[in-house]
Amino acid sequence: MKTIYVDNNATTQVAPEVIDAMLPFLREMWGNPSSMHTFGGQVAKHIDKARERVAALIGAERASEIVFTSCGSESDNTAIRSALLSDTKKRHIITTKVEHPAVLNLCKELEKEGYEVTYLSVDGEGRLDIDEFKNSFREGTAIVSIMWANNETGVVFPIEEIAAECARRNVPLHVDAVQAVGKIPIDLKNTPITYLALSGHKLHAPKGVGALYVRRGTKFHPWLVGGHQEHGRRGGTENVASIVGLGVACELALKNMDDEKTRVASLRDRLEKGILETVPRGFVNGNRKMRLPNTTNISFESIEGEAILLLMNEFGICASSGSACTSGSLLPSHVLVAMGIPFTRAHGSIRFSLSRYNTEEEIAFIIEKMPAIVERLRQLSPIS
Amino acid sequence: MWNYSEKVIDYFLHPRNVGEIDNPDGEGEVGSLACGDMLRLTFKLDDNGRIADAKFKTFGCASAIASSSALTEMIKGMTLEEAEKITNRDIANFLGGLPEEKMHCSVMGREALEAAIKNYRGLASPKRELEGNVVCKCFGVTETDIRRVVEENGLTTIEQVTDYTKAGGGCGQCHEEIQKILDEIAANRAAEAAGAEMPWPPASREPSLKPPPLTSEVPHLSNLEIVHKVEELINTRIRPALQHDGGDLELVDIDHNTVYVSLKGACATCPSSTVTMRQFIEKELRKEISPSMHLEEVRR
Repeated sequence: MKTIYVDNNATTQVAPEVIDAMLPFLREMWGNPSSMHTFGGQVAKHIDKARERVAALIGAERASEIVFTSCGSESDNTAIRSALLSDTKKRHIITTKVEHPAVLNLCKELEKEGYEVTYLSVDGEGRLDIDEFKNSFREGTAIVSIMWANNETGVVFPIEEIAAECARRNVPLHVDAVQAVGKIPIDLKNTPITYLALSGHKLHAPKGVGALYVRRGTKFHPWLVGGHQEHGRRGGTENVASIVGLGVACELALKNMDDEKTRVASLRDRLEKGILETVPRGFVNGNRKMRLPNTTNISFESIEGEAILLLMNEFGICASSGSACTSGSLLPSHVLVAMGIPFTRAHGSIRFSLSRYNTEEEIAFIIEKMPAIVERLRQLSPIS
Repeated sequence: MWNYSEKVIDYFLHPRNVGEIDNPDGEGEVGSLACGDMLRLTFKLDDNGRIADAKFKTFGCASAIASSSALTEMIKGMTLEEAEKITNRDIANFLGGLPEEKMHCSVMGREALEAAIKNYRGLASPKRELEGNVVCKCFGVTETDIRRVVEENGLTTIEQVTDYTKAGGGCGQCHEEIQKILDEIAANRAAEAAGAEMPWPPASREPSLKPPPLTSEVPHLSNLEIVHKVEELINTRIRPALQHDGGDLELVDIDHNTVYVSLKGACATCPSSTVTMRQFIEKELRKEISPSMHLEEVRR
């Protein structure tokens, strides 16, 4: 059975070009970039090259502003902890209710350590209230941490406006851009963001590599303390092959940005339209204008997400759900709950997230299969 | 991804007995859309009082659908007395096991069956009602529900209680209360284990000042033993006493430690009948069978 993968906000296929670029660093050039000898030392310049490529994708002024990490979560943790350590008198954090657990659970942990956290709410379409945001600053606000795009709904926050406000108030801003990087243009030269997190495996690089952008001039406190790697900003021998792969993936993403904006977006739109037209009582979660080009989150009323996913799985279709049963917890997605989506819809939500590898045939196949899947479960449901 | 058994997947992909029986003899409904799963069970009896047909409709995940379908298969051909002995564990075992986090699906099946049988006996509306102290307000789980599942499944941690009943899986504010219930049951278990080895009466043991909890099970008596003892007690002691005063009583149902009776004759119209029941009958039941026995009057 062919796999139809529309779960790219979870992880992505490693691009063949990325694999090709990585293999020499596993087979031949496996030396340690910190070594004095040529065999090892020659590897360092490939890391620098990757750093430049990452910087280029996000419009960073200097490659030195990029620190390689092991994942998006590490980048998030590093940024927030670093900001808090930079001014220990400030004990207030501003974030949102719909952040990824990497930020949300860290904030909950910090609350236990005595920090105060403001969790900004979102409206029914997942949008922030900018006035609420502006009014949430305090004397002791140490950092603002807001995601660029939401992983579940794809809703994009007005980071430029948020960044301008933070800059005006001289409060550092960390942006979890794990879902945005590679999907929408990011220009850090002209957006005053202090820290920005990205993850390799969300943009066709392998798992286990991420990066943190740290604006030049920012006081920095490493989270992973060790050797002098990454200019003393992150200890641990570099994950060379994956870093090289991330560099290539960033270069490919930059090249494919237009394809993402046009072709991927039109496939997504076709999928969304096709499903809404053929499946009764389907509802799109999240604002449809301010949204990533690859994501649609649709709730099917009176049926449950895990059951939908498993029936989709029978056809090789891979997606995600915000239902309680898929999360291993008993509550539906915190994002949908924060949006005020009724539990009855949240339990039946399915996230389709596309990539440039999806084809028109695949989209047509999904549209063809969904009505019967939903109908079958609705026949089982005591609520019709 | 959940590690479902082949049988769970089979019962999810090919569910048996989907639907609703018209004019069912019994009908039970548990759960809610908000909680993420809901089950409506209907059954019909044949002339011999056996379940001739059972059907289900379920909103929920694969294991909820599989558990519901499995239950309908299991109870067909059973008498209600046999069916009500089915525990959540029996349902899970029938399916070749369920992931721990999904055990609440099997509990939902058992609860729907209970509600349907109660409904048949005219004791309840099809919708399962919460009785007594609601411990988990997020998912509507009572102390009785928790005690039963803890005892039937030998649970020892809050996490297990959440896996099996959902209690404590929302805001988490009831964790302390769940822990208290667990501690109490653990203490009871330990006391029983110790008691089993000790001669009775224990000469050296201090009498417990704390009255035994109303809802606790009587682990050394099986359901069947309780049924026999209650029947015997009612027929040999309680009814003769009531008949002496021109009254009578009918035993309607026994649900674990709760005895449902309907008053007849003079008792039925006597304004102090409740007092009569509580003071006399319950005292007898508690004295003769177990301190945890509980009495309910059913008006017919």
